[in-house]
Amino acid sequence: MASTPNLQLPTPDTRGPTATGGTARLGVGVWALGIAIGALLFVMTPRMIALAPYESTMGLVQKIFYYHAPSGITMFLSAFVAGIAGLLYIFKRQPRYDRMCLAASELTVLFGAMVLITGPLWARKAWGVWWDWDARLTSSLLLWMMFVACLLVRRYGGPGGERLGAAIAAFGMVNVPFVYVSVNIWRTLHPKTTVVPSLAPGMRGVFWICTLGFVVLYTLLLTTRARLERQRAMAEDLHLALEERSTQS
Amino acid sequence: MRPFLTAAWLIARKDLTVEVRSREIVATTVFFAVSCTLVFAFSLVQEGRTVVDAAAGLLWIAIAFSGTLALGRTFERERFNDTLRALMLAPSDRPAIYVGKLLGILAMLLAVELVLVPLVGLLFQAPLLAHPGLIGALVLLGTLGFCAVGTLFAAMLVRTRSRDVLLPVVLYPLTIPVIIAGVRGTVAVLASPPDLAMAQFWIGLLASFDAVFILLALWTFEPVMTE
Repeated sequence: MASTPNLQLPTPDTRGPTATGGTARLGVGVWALGIAIGALLFVMTPRMIALAPYESTMGLVQKIFYYHAPSGITMFLSAFVAGIAGLLYIFKRQPRYDRMCLAASELTVLFGAMVLITGPLWARKAWGVWWDWDARLTSSLLLWMMFVACLLVRRYGGPGGERLGAAIAAFGMVNVPFVYVSVNIWRTLHPKTTVVPSLAPGMRGVFWICTLGFVVLYTLLLTTRARLERQRAMAEDLHLALEERSTQS
Repeated sequence: MRPFLTAAWLIARKDLTVEVRSREIVATTVFFAVSCTLVFAFSLVQEGRTVVDAAAGLLWIAIAFSGTLALGRTFERERFNDTLRALMLAPSDRPAIYVGKLLGILAMLLAVELVLVPLVGLLFQAPLLAHPGLIGALVLLGTLGFCAVGTLFAAMLVRTRSRDVLLPVVLYPLTIPVIIAGVRGTVAVLASPPDLAMAQFWIGLLASFDAVFILLALWTFEPVMTE
């Protein structure tokens, strides 16, 4: 990882080497991970999905499952990352938890959008309707709404918006079981989570590879986004220090 | 424990004294809830008949909307003279401030609901008062859950410029389980014959929601309110 944030303006002769060195080291890791994910998601999984057996009643349409279910799993994982980072930020007040919470909240919204786009597409073919007030669809929508609210508050909440965002992420995480139970009793049409162990062996392997790909992609996006936020904060600090120096001289 | 309860009680009493003298929040919120009910009545009542289960849905929409209004208004009072800062500086436990504000808002909303529930029952021919215990438990626990989340976020939003729009943005997605439990529980009680087991299930869900979110709010109130 790059060097720790330095509040003091670096002297010209040390600035070049440390900055480029740090970036280059992290850059290699990110590129390596990126290429690995590219190979996994764009070369290996499409082939595996194409070769996986057809589902007996839905046929080709069922293949959206390899995209839809891993997005959903990643969304829930991301919501928990955001909630835990939010709680840590509330209690420890360290900016790195705030950056993690922001990155995870944004990714929850991103992966949630993928779930909510692929879900209706599949539902249209499998159930004949675009949207049904089914338990899983509804609770995914509500989780997504909570994190959209989180981003809205961070964006328009002014000073202290990041604390509000952290609190919403934490409350949203705790709310997941309540939303799930209440919506589940209210309506049920979606297949249960127990569908995964019951998958045909040819489908199960592909499903887990896809899930792995999504989780690795998520990890890469999360660290990159948090790092971007840290560099933004560092640039701001440097800018302030520079301004202060120019007013002094 | 005793100083905690005393501080909470003093804050709740202060809010209620201000309210008893001005009657501003309860009067305006009752009127708002009634107008809200009428707006929905005009959209749902056709040829003198209401849609099935409309009364339960309407009651909870009115509770959620007027709850948001009352929450915003209570904290607006504190903001106006910057008295929330004074409360925060008081030598008492921070969570006691939360409990005090929560009790004050809860009391005001329950007063509004004393008018609202019979009115909805009357206008929509719903036997809301046939099982006063169950309806009372649903309304009390539902309002408590709504206020438990609302008080924390309204307190955090006090110093934000766009608080009026951000409070519902935050509050509605987070309190959806309360709304679902409230509406479905009320529908179960109003059904003929009433589905009492279902109503009790929703009351249980509301009670656990309240317990979890009040604990979470008590735990996080101090750090989130610290500048």
